[in-house]
Amino acid sequence: MDENDVVKAQLMDDRDLSRTLNRMARQIVETLSHEEGLDPMIGLIGMQRRGVFIAQRLQSHIEEAEGMRVPLGVLDATMYRDDFRLRLKQPYIRETKIDFDISDRHLVLVDDVLYTGRTARAALDALMDMGRPASIHFLVIIDRGLRELPIRADFVGRRIPTFPGEEVRVCLLEIDDSEGVWLVEHQSEDANLNPSTD
Amino acid sequence: MITETKVVPANDTAEPMLQHRHLLGLSTYSREEIELILETARQFREVLYRPIRQVPTLRGVTIVNLFFEPSTRTRISFELAEKRLSASPINFSSSGSSVSKGETLKDTAQNVEAMQIDMVVIRHPSPGAPHFLTQCVDAVVINAGDGAHEHPTQGLLDLLTISDRFESFQGLNISIIGDIKHSRVARSNIHGLTKLGANVTLCGPKTLLPVELDKFLPDSTIRITSSLNEALEGSDVAMALRIQMERQGKNLVPSLREYHEQFGIKVQHLEQHKDLVIMHPGPVNRGVELASDVVDHERAVILNQVTNGVAVRMAVLFLLSGAAKGEG
Repeated sequence: MDENDVVKAQLMDDRDLSRTLNRMARQIVETLSHEEGLDPMIGLIGMQRRGVFIAQRLQSHIEEAEGMRVPLGVLDATMYRDDFRLRLKQPYIRETKIDFDISDRHLVLVDDVLYTGRTARAALDALMDMGRPASIHFLVIIDRGLRELPIRADFVGRRIPTFPGEEVRVCLLEIDDSEGVWLVEHQSEDANLNPSTD
Repeated sequence: MITETKVVPANDTAEPMLQHRHLLGLSTYSREEIELILETARQFREVLYRPIRQVPTLRGVTIVNLFFEPSTRTRISFELAEKRLSASPINFSSSGSSVSKGETLKDTAQNVEAMQIDMVVIRHPSPGAPHFLTQCVDAVVINAGDGAHEHPTQGLLDLLTISDRFESFQGLNISIIGDIKHSRVARSNIHGLTKLGANVTLCGPKTLLPVELDKFLPDSTIRITSSLNEALEGSDVAMALRIQMERQGKNLVPSLREYHEQFGIKVQHLEQHKDLVIMHPGPVNRGVELASDVVDHERAVILNQVTNGVAVRMAVLFLLSGAAKGEG
């Protein structure tokens, strides 16, 4: 962590996060079910990096409740971003791996934080190049506002209005030392030059 | 809501980055930088198998391919990589251009610069030409082969191909066979392989082995031999280099037939060494460096090298593009 960062608030602890994921798993099932039960033609797409682990947890919740293992793909949308050359930091491309045909499938795109909407826009373009999904729903743990594009999420864990100099950090035990969601203030000068990738 | 001031890890810190603005050779690149390029190339390779084999990553980036030496594969590979990334490539080859009218490299480059080019890919017969270019233009420069100096993207694609077959480079034995002395491919590979921890053996006729190797790499443990059997013993990979027909006037090799007898890899070698993988940068002279049956053998990965070439060049263009135009 940047030494200049100041934690302003903890937005969720581990139990909040677990309850939120549980609720959103049920919302997915509710939205994508018809008379015969959960639509078999659905798929989860976890966005690198924390969206992948969130999608994995949703997959287990859905399996526990419905007895169906929903296929899960992993997406890195960096190649589709419009701003990587404007950033100070060199981008790092992670794995994209979607082992099932997304055409005619109802996809749930999963990410940790929704901010400007640019990553979601890039992800939608990437998915469109890989096939023709029947529909795409968007799920995020935190919607922090400050959109720059007409993008909205269908499943939202919590809406938290924020300022541009702030950052929302979702930490998951799979890759972080702690579990929960924090609101952090950037004290470094380049905060506005190097916006969060959320 | 619980409020406590405890340290939260910053998301995705300490990701590896390229420290260079240009790619002139692998000699100055660190192990971490090489590994970053290979990892990025693996992600771009996946794009080549999508229904739409193109991503918008470098839209609006203009790249000129300056080829002062005949080249088909490397030029096409770069051009394909540029198009797969949605960049705008411009091709410039010395024949049929103002170079044949006597224009110098510096003038050509400055003309190119005046046309607002972001990146330059250069192939030149003189070693150091790409380095010279970095001093007269602002654009990012990528070396696509300069004389007998380096051919870094070829070295990188060879490394990627080896990493597809083997878990680690540590302790891997790689033999490079042929005209080492005139080979920029060999030089880039020697730098890359030794940095990643592989053991390198160089094999060829004495006339085609470098004499100054101890000065070129003073601390290395590179083995040199003129016996093919000695080179292949214990090797995991045999990388055959092309015998350059254009140099045959110099009597460095008695005849192509004799070269094949002594240094050509034949099916019997593959039978003797059951796990040996065969590589060749192309174009292959069938029946000279490799027997025709060896070229078509399942353990020859020559076509994988071609595919990996596009992926590696996409990765290099992508990683260096961030430094283009006033951001470096």
